[in-house]
Amino acid sequence: MVRLDVNGRQHELDIADGSTPLLWVLRDQLGLVGTKFGCGGGYCGACTVHIDGRPVRSCLMPVSAAEGVAVTTIENLAAPDKTLHPLQRAWIEHDVPQCGYCQAGQLMSAAALLARNASPSDADIDSAMRGNLCRCGTYQRIRAAIHSAAKAINATGGES
Amino acid sequence: MKAGERLARDPNIRAAFREADERLNSAWERVSRRTFLKLTGLAGGGLTLAACSVKGTDPVSTEPGKDYEFNEFVNVGSDGTILIYSKTPEIGQGIKTSFPMIVAEELDADWNDVVVEQARIDTAVYGRQRAGGSRSIATAWNQLREAGAAARLMLRRAAAETWQVPVDECLTANSVVTHEATGRRLTYGELADKAAALPVPDKAELRLKARDEYTLIGERITGVDNEKVVTGQPLFGTDQSLPGMLYASYSKCPATGGRVAAANLDDIRALPGIRDAFVLEGNDLVSELMPGVAIIGDSTWETQQARAHLSIDWDETDASKDSLSSITAEAARLSKEPGAEVLYEFGDVEQAFTGAARIHEAFYSYPFVSHAPLEPQNCTAWYRDGAIEIWAPTQSPDQAIGSVANVLGIPREKVTLHVTRVGGGFGRRLMNDYVCEVAAIARQVGAPVKLQWTREDDMAHDFYRPAGYHALRAALDTSGSLSAWQDHFITFTHDGKAPVRGGDMRPGEFPEGIIDDYKVTQTLLPLGTPCGPWRSPRSNAIAFAVQSFIHEMANVAERDHVDFLLELMGEPRWLDPGNPRAMNTGRAAAVIKLAAEKAGWGQPLPEGRGLGLAFYFSHAGHFAEVADVSVDADRKLTVHRVTVAGDVGPIVNMSGAENQCQGSVMDGLSTTLGLEITIENGRVQESNFHQYPIMRMHNAPIVDVHFIQSDYPPTGLGEPALPPLAPAVCNAIFAATGQRVRTLPLSKEGFKV
Repeated sequence: MVRLDVNGRQHELDIADGSTPLLWVLRDQLGLVGTKFGCGGGYCGACTVHIDGRPVRSCLMPVSAAEGVAVTTIENLAAPDKTLHPLQRAWIEHDVPQCGYCQAGQLMSAAALLARNASPSDADIDSAMRGNLCRCGTYQRIRAAIHSAAKAINATGGES
Repeated sequence: MKAGERLARDPNIRAAFREADERLNSAWERVSRRTFLKLTGLAGGGLTLAACSVKGTDPVSTEPGKDYEFNEFVNVGSDGTILIYSKTPEIGQGIKTSFPMIVAEELDADWNDVVVEQARIDTAVYGRQRAGGSRSIATAWNQLREAGAAARLMLRRAAAETWQVPVDECLTANSVVTHEATGRRLTYGELADKAAALPVPDKAELRLKARDEYTLIGERITGVDNEKVVTGQPLFGTDQSLPGMLYASYSKCPATGGRVAAANLDDIRALPGIRDAFVLEGNDLVSELMPGVAIIGDSTWETQQARAHLSIDWDETDASKDSLSSITAEAARLSKEPGAEVLYEFGDVEQAFTGAARIHEAFYSYPFVSHAPLEPQNCTAWYRDGAIEIWAPTQSPDQAIGSVANVLGIPREKVTLHVTRVGGGFGRRLMNDYVCEVAAIARQVGAPVKLQWTREDDMAHDFYRPAGYHALRAALDTSGSLSAWQDHFITFTHDGKAPVRGGDMRPGEFPEGIIDDYKVTQTLLPLGTPCGPWRSPRSNAIAFAVQSFIHEMANVAERDHVDFLLELMGEPRWLDPGNPRAMNTGRAAAVIKLAAEKAGWGQPLPEGRGLGLAFYFSHAGHFAEVADVSVDADRKLTVHRVTVAGDVGPIVNMSGAENQCQGSVMDGLSTTLGLEITIENGRVQESNFHQYPIMRMHNAPIVDVHFIQSDYPPTGLGEPALPPLAPAVCNAIFAATGQRVRTLPLSKEGFKV
């Protein structure tokens, strides 16, 4: 039995193998398929979730290690009333996605960045987003959208 | 059958290229004629209905909450919602937004009223439903405009009937029909019931808009699925889920063509969470079903973990034995020879070289590369009562249906395929091997099942962009103009007769048609590794060799590269008159000039920094790019900026169009910087992104995109901005350092990125 706190909801799951990556528990057991499988080795960042607010590659995290911490996935990046996170709005305004497969992971990494650095420079962004591959090459728009979202957050005096 | 012969006769690989290579001729006309015949047929059946509802001038009484079908693309709801079907898979090229924009433009729909859904797969109704060859816009342009215009005319006629005024006085804008003289207006939603019942107009009755009447085409429209993408909704193939669904893995021989001699299936079946394990023999087609072991379990993780315990004895009698190290050595040896066969010869090349003022030679090569879409191959299927339903991330759904029918030995009508959003195509998903695998597995399992490949599966079982080798030789005349061109092209063959698909030099490859004395010879090396279409097939590689060598010739002539190229283009003309997908030297010259101007060509730059330019024409698109590159003392390479100038006719969605160009530059740069697939004993050596380093954000340059929106019919943008990137960067490296790069990727040539 594994107890998980995912997006503020408590789950008791019948999982015999505690080494099962959190990614597959989210996707196959909880139906939270917004978190993506890209490589299984922590190279691409498509599976990025927040563990107590920090960006973590869920394909490498054993589910046993996710007990007693707060797991947040892309499905919970918007506010409970469905108001989009400023990053999600910026992603739409800048028309960032091409195929879109990496974007959940990109957004989770970007959200963790803005939570600790409200006005990141290009270098800060490049460094924070280094773990997230975009095979379609939307990097320029991701950078621009992060700057836009940072401005929007700062203009409203903090979290939206 | 030997690995190579099997690949040579593979009909799906042939089909993937055949269609992409087809000239435009009247592809869209064929489609549109068939579609309109069908529409006319439908209208005939609907006439009786129409006669009842249209005769009188009753007030419009659209039933609330209903949808009315105007044609296969347009539905209008009584609430004013305009549903537009997008007929082609969305693979990241933005077609699910740009196609409906074309319909909405001619419909005069308010974009805020538009919702978009993926059309069902029915090529008898929709014509081409494939994402490949940058051909979607060109082939569907008139079909989509006519669908929108036909629905609009029906709405105007319904309003005219209602108001008893001439149709010509009923004008449309923003989903509303108005009659100016009387100030009356009806929304599309209010008119939908009456309008949809009218006969479908004849094609000759439609008046399509002139470009200056466009209000939507050319605007920046964000992707219609973007909100779903950024909130993590289930859109992709791998996100599909069915009640009672099981999970599958499939293990094939790492050397293409190996068969299962023995496997410890009983051990696997005893593992926790595993329901079954079995061997599939396959049908000997690499693009459909090759032999392997399927493992069925209760979760993705359990089926993947079980593979660690799987022990398979492979019979590799007929498997690929390819070794890249031997191939490379053989190609280098062959480059000194004249070439086994003459592929193209125009003018008198020998004579031209004899009379030349200067002759220059160089040997270029480029590696095998993988597609590596970020969503690994996967597919979900449910086989019941002799029929199968499939949820597939595929670029070629119609071909997938045929392949599944072939593998299962059932009629096409028994195969229902739903296209999901595709997490990256790049040509990989024109092949439907993973679709066929899950189909065969589903029949054996008797329950809904999802097959999930790992990244390692994906990299090991691709249809790779073939490597290639060019021994180039060119001449300058006494005035420093390019006067002769010779290329000994060393490529691969599966059957000893024809070059592999994607490793074949097609007629009209630049600079054919530009230089009078021109000759290409070809030598074929045997290959058992599967090859397939990779974004801008052939052009993505040949452009590197050809456009780098043209820069070399400009330097030998001590002339400015832009002047040298513009002189080559000469007077504006079509190189294949009458073929609208051919190169036009005037369009070429215009994009070269624009790229040079926007990039600040000729400006002084600091030591170690340089601009490099390259032009290429492919997929009916004319593109020139300038890369701004610096190389420091440690040979660390920085690409600061890439300026893109392109002409693909009118732009449909400016945001999507720029995104495709930016993406093509990133893809081209990523590949140029560090990507290579190596093969030993038939086995691909790279397994995941640590060995196949797709470019990351910190290496991403600024990409400036500029379009010349000429009046020629619009063509596609998924591919043609990619080929000029590699030579532009390598020409810039030469400008910055004096070092000529003739082998890719750059990371293996001593550059740090």
